[in-house]
Amino acid sequence: MWTYCLRRLLLAVPTLIGVSLVAFVLVALSPGDPALAVLGDHYTPDEYAAERARQGLDQPLPVRYLRWGGLVLQGDLGVSSKTKRPVTEELGRRWTATAELALSALLLASLVGLVAGVTSSTRKGTLVDQATMAGSLVGVSLPIFWLAGILLVIVTRVDPSWPTSFRMPSRLVDFQPITGFYLIDTLLSGRTELFPVALRHLLLPAVALGTIPMAIISRMTRSSMLESMGQDYVRTARAKGLARRVVHYRHALRNALIPVVTVIGLQFGALLGGAIITEQIFSWPGLGNWILEGVQFRDQNVIQAGVLTIACGFVFINLAVDLLYVLIDPRIRHS
Amino acid sequence: MREDRKRLVRQFLRRPTAVLGLVLVLGLLCGGLLAPWIAPHDPNERFVSEQAPSLEHWFGTDELGRDLFSGVLHGARVTLLIGVISVGIALSAGLVLGSLSAWLGGKVDLVLQRVVDVMMSFPSILLAILIVAVTDRPSLGMAMVAVGIVGIPTYTRLVRAVVLQQREQDYVVAAQALGASTPRILGLGILPNITAPVMVQATLGFATAILEAAGLSFLGLGAQPPTKEWGLMVKAGWDTWATSPWIITFPGACIFVAVLSLNLFGDGLRDVLDPRQRQR
Repeated sequence: MWTYCLRRLLLAVPTLIGVSLVAFVLVALSPGDPALAVLGDHYTPDEYAAERARQGLDQPLPVRYLRWGGLVLQGDLGVSSKTKRPVTEELGRRWTATAELALSALLLASLVGLVAGVTSSTRKGTLVDQATMAGSLVGVSLPIFWLAGILLVIVTRVDPSWPTSFRMPSRLVDFQPITGFYLIDTLLSGRTELFPVALRHLLLPAVALGTIPMAIISRMTRSSMLESMGQDYVRTARAKGLARRVVHYRHALRNALIPVVTVIGLQFGALLGGAIITEQIFSWPGLGNWILEGVQFRDQNVIQAGVLTIACGFVFINLAVDLLYVLIDPRIRHS
Repeated sequence: MREDRKRLVRQFLRRPTAVLGLVLVLGLLCGGLLAPWIAPHDPNERFVSEQAPSLEHWFGTDELGRDLFSGVLHGARVTLLIGVISVGIALSAGLVLGSLSAWLGGKVDLVLQRVVDVMMSFPSILLAILIVAVTDRPSLGMAMVAVGIVGIPTYTRLVRAVVLQQREQDYVVAAQALGASTPRILGLGILPNITAPVMVQATLGFATAILEAAGLSFLGLGAQPPTKEWGLMVKAGWDTWATSPWIITFPGACIFVAVLSLNLFGDGLRDVLDPRQRQR
């Protein structure tokens, strides 16, 4: 087992190097000039040449990559050409916003997806099963931005005061940022009256972002449960005369959850991508919105930092899922 | 052979959801191809802006007074083009790279699979955004190329897996023994035997390509005005969603129906052509 974990960890290293290479090369080839980020609007040609030399921009691309990689490993992601401030300052605020949104969406998707999948599998062939499967097929076919638009239209018709953008009005954000997750920070700071405000802001983006994973998780749960219920140990449990509920939940579900956990983990990675569109729609100040601002203002350091964070997050989540799989499945552990 | 084909068609027609998918796909195809002749108005002709759906304007008019139904019909052409070009790029590159990876093995396989690993480490929309960002001005063409490139790893993985299965088959060993060249074995021997899973993936990939390209256009990184692309049409109506919700409703519904129909059709094809992949 330890050999497997070690091998899996080592395999992640070339992938991470590859990810950093793609992030660097694609952004370096895009329009924008990091030298101007430092110089601003007023500079002489000599100052410009000196700044390019200082940043190593006059070097060949491979040399620039190595230099950039070294700085990234030291936690230096450069300066934003728009704000003229170190990128790492903003990155800290942005990634917690994305993480709060993605985790909330995943929690919602997992709860609803699991319940729907289990209900559907235990009532196979019934109207409930067919409705759940139709719902999941609809879910995977929905464009996030359209779903968000329809949700906005419906919710604001019912409650015109429902918040449609940002994490919270800035005048209310006077509590201590302990975790960076507003839902938790409002509670930890003793500002419980702000908890519902944060929740109302989070709910619509989380529902929009969580719908596709919800559909995938419910499909996977149903499929996995049906497979488990066809196994010999379930037949034996039934033959012993155990109650239906016990057979379903204590025997079939436990084993069916193994592949579902993997899918849930992988969906978290996919949510980081989906968050880009959701954040744009709801003006959510996360990584996705930040990258898009970077593209709009040709802020290379911001794009590189945002892309690298999301892609590395994606790699680490996949790694964690693989390792988790070993922990929860004794067949792999003992092989 | 003909009997086999008839059996497959019969199996397909026995699945109502797959038939519904096929009918809707054919509808999309007809709508797209015949748009200039069946659209009631020129898609750029201007009427009174933000009119609600009526007999004159079935889907209403947009923020500039253009007939939405005509726009949506012309958008179907663009959607078809996106699917064909993007899937074409991903499929052709995936076929070549996947076949090479499986056939040559060794270092070529190792390097190609690591490249695929790296590409798959990016959420697809993020990689597409990065590729589009390389260009000075976003365009529909660049969005199609980006979506195509993002799809390459999926096809490479699939093709590699199925070619690896096929290369152990007797007919391949026999062809090698007879001295057939590698391109001949891959092109004339193996390729016809891997069309089923590749076709299924291409159908489902068509749906993904439509979603991704619409997402890029919605973000302003794909089609640009006045192109009639559904994602862009939703974006154009975004500022008026509270007062004129039909402007985002109809183009968005078209994306949804197109993707849903391709998913239904693809699932049906998979059940018939590749029963091992079938999910319960």
